[in-house]
Amino acid sequence: MAIVLQDVSYTYMANTPLERQALSGISAVIQEGSFTAIAGHTGSGKSTLLQHLNGLIHPTSGQVLMDEVNLQGKGKAERRRAKAAARQVGMVFQYPEQQLFEETVEKDIAFGPRNLGLSEEEIEERVQSAMELMHLDYKAFKDVSPFALSGGQMRRVAIAGVLALRPKYLVLDEPTAGLDPRGRRKLTETITRLHREEHVTIIFVSHNMDDIVRLADRVLVLAHGKLLAYAPPQEVFQDSRILEEAGLQPPEAFKLADELRQAGFDIPAHAMLEEDIVSSILRLYRQGR
Amino acid sequence: MLSDITIGQFFPGDTFLHRLDPRTKLIALIFLMVAIFVFHTFGVYTALTVFTLALVFASKVPFGMILRSLKPLLWILLFTFFIHVFSTPGESLLHLWRFDATLEGIERGAFISLRLILLIVLASLLTFTTSPLKLTDAMEALLSPLKRFGVPAHELAMMMTIALRFVPTLIEETDRIMKAQESRGADFSEGSLMARIRAVIPVLVPLFLSAFRRADDLALAMEARCYHGGEGRTQMKALSFHRLDGLAFVFTALFLIILTISSGQLGGVLWG
Ligand SMILES: Nc1ncnc2c1ncn2[C@@H]1O[C@H](COP(=O)(O)OP(=O)(O)O)[C@@H](O)[C@H]1O
Ligand SMILES: [Mg+2]
Repeated sequence: MAIVLQDVSYTYMANTPLERQALSGISAVIQEGSFTAIAGHTGSGKSTLLQHLNGLIHPTSGQVLMDEVNLQGKGKAERRRAKAAARQVGMVFQYPEQQLFEETVEKDIAFGPRNLGLSEEEIEERVQSAMELMHLDYKAFKDVSPFALSGGQMRRVAIAGVLALRPKYLVLDEPTAGLDPRGRRKLTETITRLHREEHVTIIFVSHNMDDIVRLADRVLVLAHGKLLAYAPPQEVFQDSRILEEAGLQPPEAFKLADELRQAGFDIPAHAMLEEDIVSSILRLYRQGR
Repeated sequence: MLSDITIGQFFPGDTFLHRLDPRTKLIALIFLMVAIFVFHTFGVYTALTVFTLALVFASKVPFGMILRSLKPLLWILLFTFFIHVFSTPGESLLHLWRFDATLEGIERGAFISLRLILLIVLASLLTFTTSPLKLTDAMEALLSPLKRFGVPAHELAMMMTIALRFVPTLIEETDRIMKAQESRGADFSEGSLMARIRAVIPVLVPLFLSAFRRADDLALAMEARCYHGGEGRTQMKALSFHRLDGLAFVFTALFLIILTISSGQLGGVLWG
């Protein structure tokens, strides 16, 4: 089971003087169970690509298939099938806390399940488990106004609102943007656990290359709407040409490793994270002694 | 759907319409609008329509964009048309329940619709060929003689500038919030009228919150840069009239004078 992008192109405001091609000829397969990162400069088309994954927008040419169902259905029956298929993808927009609107946290999270027409017991059960997944204590928070919460908590509530739909795929657009370092680490941990324990397929946009190396098993790099690379992050970041063309900075530790290598130290090529480099340096130090 | 809204959109270009002083365009527009309301003869309308089409052509704004600016008003146009078709007394063409469609009604409806279309097209030509900043500068300049009578010309212009500046931002924001709620299963296109009204609440609440937040931020940013109203404020690009503007004034005046003179002879039917 997978989401398949076939030669997807998208043009905003087509046939007007303001028309702008945001994606051109993207083909990729996102396997169920994977942890995929999307990287690229601002304006490279990341958000546009994400919106294709749950059928919010449809390709100007090409198609998006979810488990072989075309997300752009023609005719009534096909459209219903497409809608059901798109429901398997939960979408967390950038700054999702800005979509909160209800009087209480519980009501806001219940908005999604209620739209699905579920029973009240089922709704409550889903709200509780979604809040638990996002580390929000049900009793303490359920009757609080979402607008009385801190930025990080609001974001958790918003993500819980998406998780309450029980999606198989979770798409997140720059989920940690604007959070403080602690909030960022906590949210990253939560997302990792969703993947590991709840087996939710994760697709996330990030500007933090360290996060990408640490978390993702594949990274999809966009530049000017074109697919530049789609491979494991270790592979992608070793190719300085790709990074340069995409306007990306390699992970911090990676830069240090590169300099050490140039100074004649033997650091393995796959070492990209802080902990890898530290252990390599320790190894060299012990050997030297 | 939201991308149909073209109010306040500007298409940069280098035609003579773009180069005219915004005050010239604004004054000419006001006079043309008055002409559209005052004259009722067939000949004058033909002349005004040809004149408008010539301007559209000269502006190099794509015809599709002009049509798009009419689209949001399509229902008002149709409504106006049919009201006139069925409410004008005359020879009955078609009897529907208690109403009669009349030939006079069709004629009248067509004229009134044409009048509305001309007004909209001319007004959108102004915004298509004039940057919002210049437009509000022109408004301020034209209103400033009224400052003596307590009309806050600068403040009005500043409000316009800010409002126009935020139209695209708010449209974008609405689009984003709608998509976010759609992703949570909200449905804006189906259901009863009540269901649809309820469906906008999850969009309106976040939209208002963000608009207030933006307004706050903007006020703070303006204050931080010592904004204190229009007094003693100068402009980086002061407006100035050129020969082209003189020509445009003379041409428009001639056109309107000819219309006035000929309206008695060309047309024939004069309605009140
Ligand atoms: N609603 C829109 N209307 C018109 N152009 C858009 C819209 N959204 C994005 N774009 C344009 O499409 C391109 C890709 O944007 P986006 O997908 O938001 O990039 P990213 O998320 O990588 O920053 C940009 O050039 C942007 O200006
Ligand atoms: Mg983006």
